[in-house]
Amino acid sequence: MSIDSPTTQAQSPTGQGNPPVEVSDDFIWKRRHLLGLEELSAEEILYIFKTAQTFQEVSMRSIKKVPALRGRVVVNLFFEDSTRTRMSFALAAQRLSADVLEFAAAKSSVTKGESLRDTVRNIEAMGVDVFVIRHSAAGAPHYLTQFTDCCVVNAGDGQHEHPTQGLIDIFTILERKGRIAGLNVVIVGDIGHSRVARSNLWGLTKLGAKVTFVGPTTLVPRAFEKMGATVSHDLDAALKGADVVNMLRIQRERMTSQVFPSTEEYTRLFGLTRQRLRGTKPDLLIMHPGPINRGVELASDVADGPNSSILRQVSNGLAIRMAVLFLVNQASTPTAI
Amino acid sequence: MLLDGPGVRATMDRLASEILADLPAGIPAAVIGIRRRGEVLAQRLVHELHRRGAEGLAVGSLDITLYRDDLAELGPQAILRGTEIDFDVNGRYIILVDDVLYTGRSIRAALDALVDLGRPKAIRLAILVDRPGRELPIQADFVGVRVQQPDVPVTVLLTESDGVEEVRIG
Repeated sequence: MSIDSPTTQAQSPTGQGNPPVEVSDDFIWKRRHLLGLEELSAEEILYIFKTAQTFQEVSMRSIKKVPALRGRVVVNLFFEDSTRTRMSFALAAQRLSADVLEFAAAKSSVTKGESLRDTVRNIEAMGVDVFVIRHSAAGAPHYLTQFTDCCVVNAGDGQHEHPTQGLIDIFTILERKGRIAGLNVVIVGDIGHSRVARSNLWGLTKLGAKVTFVGPTTLVPRAFEKMGATVSHDLDAALKGADVVNMLRIQRERMTSQVFPSTEEYTRLFGLTRQRLRGTKPDLLIMHPGPINRGVELASDVADGPNSSILRQVSNGLAIRMAVLFLVNQASTPTAI
Repeated sequence: MLLDGPGVRATMDRLASEILADLPAGIPAAVIGIRRRGEVLAQRLVHELHRRGAEGLAVGSLDITLYRDDLAELGPQAILRGTEIDFDVNGRYIILVDDVLYTGRSIRAALDALVDLGRPKAIRLAILVDRPGRELPIQADFVGVRVQQPDVPVTVLLTESDGVEEVRIG
């Protein structure tokens, strides 16, 4: 039965049937920032999942809110366009009863030449608690931690990491497959430019999955083998024996560049169609972090088919982001006991 | 020692008969325990109530961590265990169960958590040990044992959660 169906969720309003997530009882989360999955241990990742499972229950209630972060302020500091990540963080913060400040670089004093440091220090002076930052420069969130006392959560920095998206994807795989260790996960697309691919790779390998990156030679450099991935340029070969395939979005702005084949050629070689699914495992899980270019990397009937977890990824996004916001906040308060 | 193993069982038996006598007819009822020891006691109560002829009682457990008024002070020590209530609380007669009633703050948090799940018909409070020191106007409807001395800590240990069964004071 598909886990996406509303009836399945209605039958388990408090997340019964969740895969068991084993974390030691005396584990304590200590990080005030979430900058990437590279620096997290397997146990820290599992602890986020365990916390997220308890937050899934909140989203199924009639009153979808808990008072945990009442009086805290979360700032959405987005220097790059984003719709779903921004909305997902905002809703996650609001479900924890935090207040949310929205900052959009295009409409701000950044266009008047204010530095990132000055922007952040000024917002911080208003008495805020968490910065959720998206920036085109890799390392921007890390840079922020050097001059702010607030918690910092990376919502995507350049080509470096997009840790919450990585967590969402892995959490969704765990939910559908019941395990991560030993799975064959194929990630297809513009890997070289993808922070989602990098976060997935770090997280999945720490939890014992085998990751294969697939795409044109110009977009999937061999250097990823040093990070623990298998690199392939043949999608059909990679799909044989795959348990999960994660189709990354082809960014339209790159389609015109030299490194990119024509859209038709890309779709023919690396697009996922029903035809291509013949001979793959019947329970092959099909994922996409969104937004989809229908008919380019993913055919519409496959995106909307029974093996797809695309909408589930979006709803899991809320639980993961609630968990992350909750944990970094708790870690930032000195323990009185 | 306030209660030994048989003492705890006898006290729970008495609580069960008091709760049974008070169960309203024709209204769906549920026993909800506050994690973690209230959850253990709730399971035992439901078992005992069913054994005595009560029918169709739902059972659930409530994690009040996100509703605690000292959540900020708890910091990283705040461990979420999750609420498991797989039934509709709307219109239900609910018996809320905890091991010790002391300041009343846990019960305040539990009441807030419960009403966020819906609108119960009524909520009653059953506790194993009543310890003086209330900081909020909250009292139990069903009390196992009362400690008279103020400022004396109470420790409840239950087989399911602690491997031993006793209630200690001091």
